Amino acid sequence: MMQKSSVIACLEKAWPVLVLVLPLLVAVVLADLYGSVLLKRTVTDALIKIVIVVGLYIFIGNTGIVSFGHIGFAGIAAYFATWMTCCAMMKPITMTGLPDFLRLETYSLWSTALVSVAAAGLAALLIGLVLMRLSGLAASISTLAALFIFHAVYANWDNVTMGRASIVGIPTYVTLWVGLGGAFLAIIAAYLYQISSYGLAARAARDDEVAAQAAGISLYWNRLIAFVISGMVVGLGGVLQVHFMGTISVNAFYLNLTFLTLAMLVVGGMRSLAGAVVGVVVLSTIADVFRRLEAGVDLGATRLSTPTGTQEMFLAALMLLILIFRKDGLMGRRELRLPRLRAGRARAAQ
Amino acid sequence: MRNFMQVMVDAVALGSLLALVALAIGLVFGVMRLINFAQGDYITIGAYALVVPTASLTPALFIGALPVPLMVAGVLMVVVLLALATERVAFRPLRNSDPATLLISSFAVSYFLQHLVMLLHTGRPKSVGIGQALTTPIEILGLRVPGIQVVTMAVTAALLIALVLFLKRTPMGIQMRAAAENFQMARLLGVPANRVIAVAFVISGLLGGTVSLLLIVQTGTLDIRMGLMPVIFAFFATVIGGMGSLAGAALGGFLVGVASVLLQSYLPEGLRPFRDAFVFGLVIVILLVRPKGLIVIGAARERV
Repeated sequence: MMQKSSVIACLEKAWPVLVLVLPLLVAVVLADLYGSVLLKRTVTDALIKIVIVVGLYIFIGNTGIVSFGHIGFAGIAAYFATWMTCCAMMKPITMTGLPDFLRLETYSLWSTALVSVAAAGLAALLIGLVLMRLSGLAASISTLAALFIFHAVYANWDNVTMGRASIVGIPTYVTLWVGLGGAFLAIIAAYLYQISSYGLAARAARDDEVAAQAAGISLYWNRLIAFVISGMVVGLGGVLQVHFMGTISVNAFYLNLTFLTLAMLVVGGMRSLAGAVVGVVVLSTIADVFRRLEAGVDLGATRLSTPTGTQEMFLAALMLLILIFRKDGLMGRRELRLPRLRAGRARAAQ
Repeated sequence: MRNFMQVMVDAVALGSLLALVALAIGLVFGVMRLINFAQGDYITIGAYALVVPTASLTPALFIGALPVPLMVAGVLMVVVLLALATERVAFRPLRNSDPATLLISSFAVSYFLQHLVMLLHTGRPKSVGIGQALTTPIEILGLRVPGIQVVTMAVTAALLIALVLFLKRTPMGIQMRAAAENFQMARLLGVPANRVIAVAFVISGLLGGTVSLLLIVQTGTLDIRMGLMPVIFAFFATVIGGMGSLAGAALGGFLVGVASVLLQSYLPEGLRPFRDAFVFGLVIVILLVRPKGLIVIGAARERV
């Protein structure tokens, strides 16, 4: 009897993760067995977006501060991964500004991923040390300034990043299953952080700064912890992205990706981990439908296709509608819980 | 010395342009706590209104073919109507949201408009020749100044004076200042909220249309991102100046313009490409020292 209730307690605790992870697993198995090459790529791309958006959620959801700068961390990690793994032949000639240990050597994919994520974490730490002193709108604006600084530096640092040009020849190892692994890691990290005392403190500060401070919670340190963890998870997303595409350019980590990932988070619900995942799934599905429409649909003798740009306009309109009519996104502020137990607790409460 | 004067003229001209954009952003922020990122797309669409929507790279003129006064009026009208439409459709329903939500919504509006332009005009840059007579340099006190810079400074000065007169002397302007100071209290005292906000958007549209025309004469190029850089700089200018303070916005615009031209001219050669990074870094430094900006207005103080 004792054992059984502890199993249920365990299950209840792990449920918000399982309920997100299991459907993803099923989707990946189905895509792997029956999907076309194109569909597999779409699903992999969505899994990578899950990593990035869940990373964003760790900071935005728990602290309530909207950050526009996190894609910069994805970019930093992605460039690090590029330097460590890309094009051994070309690198010494095209990227002369790199230090020798990066310019002349090529590293294994595991160590690359670890170092790149650590680099993103370090960048987040350094920037966070400065920016987390601010709160509210000033903090949001300065994260945007940080993104612009990242872009201005990387777009012009010609002998290290090749400026605005694309770097090609990066090993591509990210398949469906690697993407799934990344998404698992991100979701578990976000959940563990969320139920830790640091996550609780960050949410307390989000809901009422003054009361949280009066209870002895440091706004600065708790926000900084969230910022660094989310920077690392977003960095992981950047690493996966670059090893999925095989190319990198600085504009791939700028306003468009920032907007797309923020839209996913807003649509799903900024204050719920489930919302982050749901938002990615919904918007990726919509994007896929539009991609097919833009390619053209055969209607008898005529071939109809929507003009390019409609997808983005639809996305922006959807985001506005969500902001206007359902401010907390599709998921509201809720996580998915074990339904039976919730009913049981409600009965107990009566 | 001569060289320095030349740099200063450039700096003030860029500063004027940014001050106009910053004023538009600051005015709207004052009345509804919205940082309107779509201001950049107002500028872009104002410029694109000059030509017929086609895929051609050297498109036929549309509003741009009209005589100058009608052309100016036409562009201003298009941008004002656009600004009012975005306010009505997107921003009005969100009026009571927090500033961060409003900022996200203005990103969404901006993204929408940018792709609307792309849909109509394709994404490739186009060239358009309007007011080229203005780009020939004029000799002033031994300095060779492009005519458009003189025009930019004169227009900015005129608009600043007009705006100050409007805000200080007309009933609407006084109501707008009251709304910026304390929106709820102003409403209770009978200030019509919808009208005040609509007028703020009209003015931001007028300023945006003016900037479209000045920019297009200067560069001769249409690009779907042409409004982006001015609005980013102006956005930070309003932050530096103090959100909600109009004097602060104008001051911030000048400061950012002057700072970026000075950095461009006097940074060591190797660091010059990173000029923008220094300007944005400056923003963060100022925010750290004065989180509310250089000029703090009463309404910006947080109450507990």
